[in-house]
Order: sequence, then C-alpha cells, then structure tokens
Amino acid sequence: MRPPWSWGHMMQKPFFALAYAIVAIVAVAVSAVTFEAQAAPHIPANGQQVVETVPRRGDPVQQELRRLRSQLNANPGDVALATSVARRFIALGRSETDPRYLGYAQAALQPWWQQAAPPPEVRLLRATLLQSTHQFTPALADLKAVLVAEPRNTQAWLTLATVQTVQGDYADATASCAHVSGLSIDLLAITCIANVGAITGKARQSEQLLDLTLERSANVPEELQVWAMTLLAEMAQRRGAAAIAETRYRQALKLAPRDSYLQGAYADLLLEQNRNAEVLTLLRDESRIDALLLRRALALQQAGQQQALQADVRELSARYAAAAQRGDTVHQREQARFELMLRKDSAAALALARKNWAVQKETADIRIYLQAAVKARDPAAAKPVIDWVASHHTEDLLTAQLVRQLQAGT
Amino acid sequence: MMTRLIFCLLLCCMLQPAQAHKPSDSYLSLDVQGERITGQWDIALRDLDYAIGLDSDDDGKLTWDEIRNRHAAIAAYALEHLRLSSEAGDCRVTPEQQLIDDHTDGAYNVLRFHASCPQPLQTLAISYRLFADLDPQHKGLLRLTHNGLTSTAIFEPAHARQALPLLAPDRWQQFIAYVKDGVWHIWIGYDHILFLLSLLLPAVLLAAPANNLRGAFIDVLKVVTAFTLAHSLTLTLASLSVITLPSRLVESAIAFSVVLAAINNLYPLFRGRRPWAAFGFGLIHGFGFASVLIDLGLPQGALMASLFGFNLGVEVGQLCIVAVFLPTAFFLRHSWFYRRLLTVGSAMIALVATVWFVQRAFDVQAQWIGL
Repeated sequence: MRPPWSWGHMMQKPFFALAYAIVAIVAVAVSAVTFEAQAAPHIPANGQQVVETVPRRGDPVQQELRRLRSQLNANPGDVALATSVARRFIALGRSETDPRYLGYAQAALQPWWQQAAPPPEVRLLRATLLQSTHQFTPALADLKAVLVAEPRNTQAWLTLATVQTVQGDYADATASCAHVSGLSIDLLAITCIANVGAITGKARQSEQLLDLTLERSANVPEELQVWAMTLLAEMAQRRGAAAIAETRYRQALKLAPRDSYLQGAYADLLLEQNRNAEVLTLLRDESRIDALLLRRALALQQAGQQQALQADVRELSARYAAAAQRGDTVHQREQARFELMLRKDSAAALALARKNWAVQKETADIRIYLQAAVKARDPAAAKPVIDWVASHHTEDLLTAQLVRQLQAGT
Repeated sequence: MMTRLIFCLLLCCMLQPAQAHKPSDSYLSLDVQGERITGQWDIALRDLDYAIGLDSDDDGKLTWDEIRNRHAAIAAYALEHLRLSSEAGDCRVTPEQQLIDDHTDGAYNVLRFHASCPQPLQTLAISYRLFADLDPQHKGLLRLTHNGLTSTAIFEPAHARQALPLLAPDRWQQFIAYVKDGVWHIWIGYDHILFLLSLLLPAVLLAAPANNLRGAFIDVLKVVTAFTLAHSLTLTLASLSVITLPSRLVESAIAFSVVLAAINNLYPLFRGRRPWAAFGFGLIHGFGFASVLIDLGLPQGALMASLFGFNLGVEVGQLCIVAVFLPTAFFLRHSWFYRRLLTVGSAMIALVATVWFVQRAFDVQAQWIGL
C-alpha cells in the first residue's frame, strides 16, 4: 500500500516540507507539555491517587511465602527450608515470567551462594538460577558436580541436557538424556532425547516417537505434557505442517494458558500466517513480558496500526535500554528481532544476532542470524551459521529457505 | 492534517505505558561540587513494599497517602544502605523532598538528598547495600557528575564498594562539553525557539525598500543581535549570582513573551520595534538559560570558561536555526502557505505558549486542563 505521503513528494513542494517542520515543532512542544507532567519526578495530584500496584499480602501464595521467609530468617542455615523457599520463588518467577522472584530465590540461598561446593540440593538450584541469566559455564560446573555426588538426580540430568542443547553440544546432551531413561517415566527421557534429535537430522523420527510416547503416557504431570506438546508443535511448525502445529499449540495452551514461552511460540506461528488479529487477542494482557510485547508490536505492524505500533516500539526501546544499563544480555535474540523487523536496522540486528550466537544455538537463534544477514546483504557474515546448519543437519523450512537466499547472493 | 497529527501525538502521550517485568534496579544520581554532594535516588515502590511494607490497607494498591505516610521510614531504610565517604571520613547525608517518577517497570520513589563531606572530594567511596539481603540480583545504577563530566558505575553484591576517582577534567573537553550543552539546550528549549521564530516571521515581509534578501537579512541580524546581547547579559549576571529571580516568575515571563511575540504577527504590538522587544524579552530568557547552567553546575576552577562555552553554544545553536529559517522563509515569503503560517501558525504558537504560561504561573499540572 502506498503511504499517503512520502519524502519524495514533500521535497517536490518545499513549502510542505516547512509546513511539516513547523507543525512538528509545535506538536512536539505541545506533547512536551503533557510529557513533562508524566515522565519527570512529580507529586501525585491527590492522596487517593493509586501510584503503583503491588502483590497483595493477603494473597495465599504470598502469605505462604512470607511465612516461610520469616521461618528462614529465624533459621537461615536450614538447608531444607532454604531450598524449599528458593524452589517456590523459582516456580513463581516462571509462572509470572517475573525475574524479581529469581532474585528472591537467590536470597534464600545466600549462606551458600559464594561457597565452592555447597550441598547438592543448593547447588542444583544455584545452577538453575545461573542458567536463567545465561551464565552457562558456572551452571554447567555446578550441574556436573551435583551429578558426581548424586548420579541418579533426574532433575540435574535434565537441566544439564537443556543447557547442553541450548549451547549446541548435542552429543553430550543426548548422553545426559540417556541417563534420565533409567530414572524416570519414559515420556521424560523421550522428550529430552527427541528435543535433541529433532535438530540433529532426525526430525521426522523424533516427532513420531515423541507423539507416540505422549499418546501412550497416561497420568503424567501436566508440566511434562505441556513441554512435550510444545516441542511437538514446534517440530510440526519447522517442517511446515502449520495445521498440526496449531492443534498442538492449542492443546498445550488449554493446559497452560499463561505459559509465556508457549504463548510466544504460538504467536509466532500466527504471525507467519498473517493472523495478527488473533495475536492481538492472545497477548492482550501480556504486555509486561518483553518477548510477548515484541510479538504484539509485530502484530500491530502487520495490521498497519501505526499509532499503537509506535507506542510499543518506544516502550520496547526503553526496556532494552534499561536492560543494557544494568548490563543484561539475556534479551539479545529478541532484541535482534526488534532491530530487524521493527527498527529496520539490519546492521544492528546482525551485530546482536552474532553476539547471541556466541551464547545460544537454538533454531530461533539460527533464524534471526540468517534473516539479519539476508537483510544486511552480508552472506559472508552468515558463514559460521550456514556451516553449523550443514554439519548438524538442522531441519527447518525457513532456515533452508534463508540459506538458499544467502547462497544465491554470493 | 495539522490537527490530526497533533491529535495523534496527544493520544500517544495519553496512552498509559505498559509496565515491564524486569530484575530490580535503582537509579542513583550524584552531583559532586567541592565537599558537597547533591543526590537523587529512584527506588522501585514495589521493592520498597517488599522490604518495609508500604501497602498499609493491603489492597494491592499503593496510594500516594500510603507512600507519603512512610516517607520517613523509606528515607531511613534507603540511607542506611548507602554510605558515601571521602578520604577524611564519611559524608553526612540529609534527606530532602520525596517524589514519584515512572520507569519501565513501574512507579519509583524519588528520594532527593544532599551530603556534606569532611573535605573537598578527590575520590568518592561508595558502599551500596540496598536490598542485598532480599534480592542479590538487585543492582544500583549510578550516574555521577562532577564539573560537568558524567561517569557511570553499577553496584551489585559482588561490587558493593567502589572508590570513584574525581579527576580534574581536561579543560578543553570541559569547555566543549559546555558548548554542547548550550547548543542542546536551545534546540530542546521549544519556548526559546518559538519566541525567536515568531519575531523573525515578519522579517521577510518588510515594505519597500527593504523587501529583498538584504533587507530581510539586516532585520534578522538586528533581532538576533538584540536577543543575544540581552540574554548573554542576564545569563552572566544570574550565573554569577549577581541577580537572582524566582524561577516561577522567569519561566512564566518566558511563556508570556512567546504569547506576545506570536500575537504581534496577528495584531501589531511592537511595529518597527521588534529588535527592542527581542532585547527586552531577551533579558528574561537569559535568566532561563542561567537556571539550566546552574543545574548543570559551574566548576569552581573554570567558571568563566564554562559560562562562555555555554553561551557560545546557545548562540551557535540559535544561528543554526536562523541559517535554516532565513533562506527558507525568504523563498516562501509570497506563498499562500507563508501567509497562513503567519496567521494560523502564530495563533497556534500563542495558544501553546498560553498553556505554558498558565501551567508555570499557576503551577497547574497538564492533566488538569485536559492536555
């Protein structure tokens, strides 16, 4: 669609250019009036004005946590109590996608945090918290140490396999998954193995195996079902079976409607099909979560809702700036996508994708790197990723298409 | 189109920003002058509530009254966890006003304070332990200014104590920093730009024999020179504290000057005396510039150089605007558009400036008048 005005058109009629300039100055001045009142330190208009909402103390979850915390304060060296508090906060952090709770979890583990060799149950939680901020190297060290002490610790093997998969260490990840098989139900081990198999040249077999195992597994924990279904949906999506992927995403969302990873993955499927209205409905109340706000902005872009889009782009910029200010790098994958799709800055996107690639190597990381390289017309920059895709037999329709585009460009 | 664009902009400003989930941070700004430190510390209300409890009626909603009632507790708790010291010992920190501000993840309590240290600071040692026991992932993000130079630091439990050297700045760099601040201030100072443009709009529409580029140039030169002389004079006097005026009076008078300058294009008030008007109101604008410069802080050792640098920056910024304005306006002077700009444009400028005037003179918040 042709925009109602363009720079070229304006340049033909210089006085329009000046008109826009003057209007812009006046408009900015007017908006500065409103902005001043909102974004500067101020005193609220009256005492009843609600300035902020906070978790309610009366909330049963918060109440229980407070009770446990005060017990822990009286007894900070109680390992069982400390790990129980930490586990609860980690669970809350995950369900709310709110990293502050991860900080509270770390506080519970404070007496052991700096120790070289804390008790295994503390060390496993420390690894979990470390990997959540992408500190993979110390996390791996902790997990391996836990497994030396407790070789039958299923959770430690699973977390280890996950970190190894994210880093692209597929041989070790498969070995870690194999350890799970003797320790727990089939579905857990198969999900772990299929997750690796699907991105190392055995996509079809992995999908069939996992699908069959899930079908035959009764009475498994809901979390595990959601994990398996999400993986199955992603596998179908990668091979272009959008309808099957959609059914699986919807099944999973029925069990875990507020799982932010799942919502993000489903939103991506809908965006691929230009179903932006559904994305906007799905993510209506999820703008607190950066990854989901990004999807909402992408949907607004598709829908051509410029005004709302600009507001979201500004908000995302502010959030990435705030993260950068504290030195966080956990957003690089999403931020690369933001730069590429919303700011149309392919050079910045490529730089971010490259930094992200040094840390994690999942299909989404491959995609954004190649997309940025295509837009930046820089096939040479994509070489490490193209080589990676070839040597690990990554099966993904979009990746294959991007690789072809890049190779045709050289 | 014009109204639509402005409407859109207003609407954008009114959209409540969504609040992010992010790890906890506080934003600490310190400005060091000699042995005195001026500080502002933005701490998330949610974190303060978790630490010391602010939501007294436990409804999950923090009202201004609930926060206000806990101001003493907030200041005590925060300042307990921050130690500022010089080589000769700890600085004495005194809390001042507390306000509210918004960051990406919600509303923050803004604690202003000042500190006096035993001796002028060569090195500022900071010990930061806020929330270290409750949330070890919390970080304190420091912005330190000294002699117009800014540095930053990040405090976290592993780096809770840091000594920040306050080096004597490079004189030339410092001068350039003040020039840049001057340029920047005039470019973002819409009131100054609108005042100047309103006075310059008629410059290309003079009667014969001045109805040519030379005539326009001379007229612009007169207005700009008068404005510059006047505001340089008061900028200097106010910066050196020879004269001081209350900022509310100055800011209101600046807004009023924009109203008059714009109305002058609709109904001649100054007639041939626009340079005199530029001089008269320029005196007021100078006080406005001075308040910015005083906020930036004038380094003791390089007072005159900084003052000159800032003034130079203001003039350079102003000349850039004039250099774009004059040829464009001259080129367009006979167009329908330019006539409209003179009338409708001036009316709009007058309207905006009236809003500013009401806000500044009567201390009205923008929301109250529906903006």
